[in-house]
Order: sequence, then structure tokens, then C-alpha cells
Amino acid sequence: MTVTEAMKAKRFGEMALPHLNAAYNLARWLTHSDQDAQDIVQEAYLRAFKFFDGFHGNDARAWLLAIVRNTTYTWLQQNRNHVHSVFFDEDFHDLNEADSATLCDQPDNNPAAILARNDDKRLLDRALEQLPVEFREVLVLRELEDLSYKEISHIAGIPIGTVMSRLARGRRLLQACLERMN
Amino acid sequence: MDCKRTLELLPAHLDQELGLPESREMDQHLQTCAACHNAFASQSALRDAVKQRATYFQAPIDLESRIRAALPLEPEIAAATAKRRPWQWGSWNWLNAGTMLASLVVLVWSAGLYLATPSPNELLAEEVVSSHVRSLMVNHLADVASSDQHTVKPWFDGKLDFSPPVADLTAQGFPLVGGRLDYLDHRSVAALVYRHRLHLINVYIWPAANERQTALHNLSIQGYHLLHWSEAGMVYWMISDLNPHDLMTLTRILQAQAQRTPS
Repeated sequence: MTVTEAMKAKRFGEMALPHLNAAYNLARWLTHSDQDAQDIVQEAYLRAFKFFDGFHGNDARAWLLAIVRNTTYTWLQQNRNHVHSVFFDEDFHDLNEADSATLCDQPDNNPAAILARNDDKRLLDRALEQLPVEFREVLVLRELEDLSYKEISHIAGIPIGTVMSRLARGRRLLQACLERMN
Repeated sequence: MDCKRTLELLPAHLDQELGLPESREMDQHLQTCAACHNAFASQSALRDAVKQRATYFQAPIDLESRIRAALPLEPEIAAATAKRRPWQWGSWNWLNAGTMLASLVVLVWSAGLYLATPSPNELLAEEVVSSHVRSLMVNHLADVASSDQHTVKPWFDGKLDFSPPVADLTAQGFPLVGGRLDYLDHRSVAALVYRHRLHLINVYIWPAANERQTALHNLSIQGYHLLHWSEAGMVYWMISDLNPHDLMTLTRILQAQAQRTPS
């Protein structure tokens, strides 16, 4: 245990540990499980420490979240039955695409109105939980972490244009989901 | 900017990801087009609802300590700071004293354990006693009940991988009762049963692990007298409630016999 090693560890702790909540929130939203999220985050931090020498940027949060995301996806692939949300089926998509085309003609679709009608605090959580994982992740990163398209593009490994289209589609799906629940 | 293009760019506008010129165009269109403005308001409300009402999961309190424990963070920092820290005589002294005391306790304890562990012979003696008691208890003294050594000795053939010395010692006051198979010291052994007056004597015989002779030992367990020795490549264990003097007599006879006819 050299002093250099100790310095590295100290620097890692200072840079990565403040983003623990962001890491956990992402893993938790992607897996729906407290225990899995904890295990994944712990594993992701161990991986991140291993690759810390290769990190020269200044956006530690995006760097760490990319590792958390990859770790989560590896885990999801190993536990395939968790990947597909119950509500994610073709019917749902078709219905939603039809609905979204006429979105701006229907003032009743205002989510504020929907949410006001239903004071169930869990409603939004349940709707978000039901989204397919690729839409859920961009929404969580955008709305809950306030990350830019560029950062999301880096974390999810997709072009910025795809970030935008996934966010748009994700929001439409979420809206349709909220309507269905009412 | 038309409605189609506006709706396409709406999410980016909402997320403030558009460049300044496009952003201005969007604003202008939204001010004039009610339908697009509705869409914008709707998406904006949805975004606000998610931001404000969707659960932000906080990491459990112990997760950070779990990660710190799994990472080599703590010991390395501790090692690094220890190097820099000046010598602290008081705390070091107490630490050493404590460590020494702990080591001493462990040492004494393991010595006690070592001494308390029964030796192989003591374990075997217990086995012999159990076997002897069992042989008297369950009416299973002899598999082959015969005082004829020429009946008993061949009976062991094929049942054991050795041939035990068998002799009828009626003339010397120790008539042969019979023989049986038994299991001692993790192997099948020959058990010969002799009688002296009303006392039964079990003599267990099996090949020794080495040719070395071991001297005669005697011990008493639960009122039984045990004698054991090895000779001519065989281990002998003898047990009975007979008095040690008479047992000794039998031992001498068996020893003399073994020397006369080495197996």
C-alpha cells in the first residue's frame, strides 16, 4: 500500500462517493429492486475504482453513471425475466402512437389535470415503472438527474438525436400510461 | 416554423437543448399557435410532474460504508496516514500489551486443548471396552463357537486379510470359547474369546502397521483390565474383568506361543 495508491483511493472517494445517490437512483429505477440496486451499485463502484486511472475528465458523475448503467444492463441480461415490463407490448405501443398523433388536440390530456384528479402519490412512480427500460433510463437521467442531452448520450452510449427521440417517445408513453391508469 | 417541425422540436425546446435561433422561432410559433401551445403546456406539466413527484431513491445509509469496506480505501488511507503520523508511545504500548495478552491466552488455551486431546491409544482403549461390553450384552460373543482351534482358525479365512494365531488353552485353564469378527481401529479384526472360570476374555488381534514390537501396557477402564502389546507383526488387545494377575498369565502364554510359531 503505497502513498500513491492511498492518494488514488482518496481521490476516488472524493470524486465518486458524492454521486452515490445518483448511482443508486439510476440502478433502482432500472431494476425495481432495492437489494439488486445496492449490489449493482457496489459492484459498479468496484469496477469504477479499477478503471479510475483511465478517467481524466471532469464529469465524474456522467462517467460513474455510465459504469452503473453498464453494470445494470449486464445484470439485467443475466436475469432476463426482469427486462420486459409487464405493460410493454405491441398493443400498448400502437395505441400510444395513435394517441400521440392527436395529442395537441386534446386539452384533457394535460397531466396536471390527470394528476390533480388522482392524489395517489405512487401514480407517477407506477407509470414510470411500466415504461420499457430504454425510455425509463433517459427520463430518469433527464428529469431526476437534470442531465443534459450530451451527458445522457455519453452515459447511455447513444447519439444525441436518439436521446431526444427517446425522451419524446418516453414522455408520450408515460402520458398514455397515466391516462390508462385513470 | 410550421406545426410539424414545432412538435418535433418540442421536447428539445422543453429541455432547453435548442440553439438560440431555433429557440426564438419556437417561442414565436407557440405564441401564435394554440394547438402547439397546448402540446407544449401538456408536456411541460408532465415534465414538472415527473421532476417533482417521481421518487428519487436515496442510497441506503449503510451502502457507502459497504462500498468503502469493499474498496481498498480505508486501510490504504490508514496506512498512508500512519506513516505520516508521529510516534505515539502511549497508544502503541497499550496496543502491544493487549496483543501480547491475547496471544498468551490463545497459547495457553491451545496448549490446554492439546493436552486434553486423547491419544490414539486412549481412543482405541475406549473402543475395545465398548466392543467388549457389546459382545457380552447382545449375546454375540462368538460367530464361531468352538473350543477347537482347528475349527476357529480356518473360519477366519476369507473373512480377514490375515490369519490370527488361535490356540486352545484349556490345559492352561483358559478354554477357547470361539471367535468372531469385530471392527476396531478402522479395520476388521479377529476377536478370540477365552474363558477363565466364569470370566470371559476378549483378545483382539490384527496386523500391526509396522513390525516394531511395543512393550506390554496395562490399563483399567470402568472396572475392566486391558492389556495391549504388539509382537511378531500383530497387535494384541486383551480385555476382561478377570484379575490382572490371571490376565497376565494368559498374556505370557500367548506371547510364548507367538514366539514359538511366528506368523
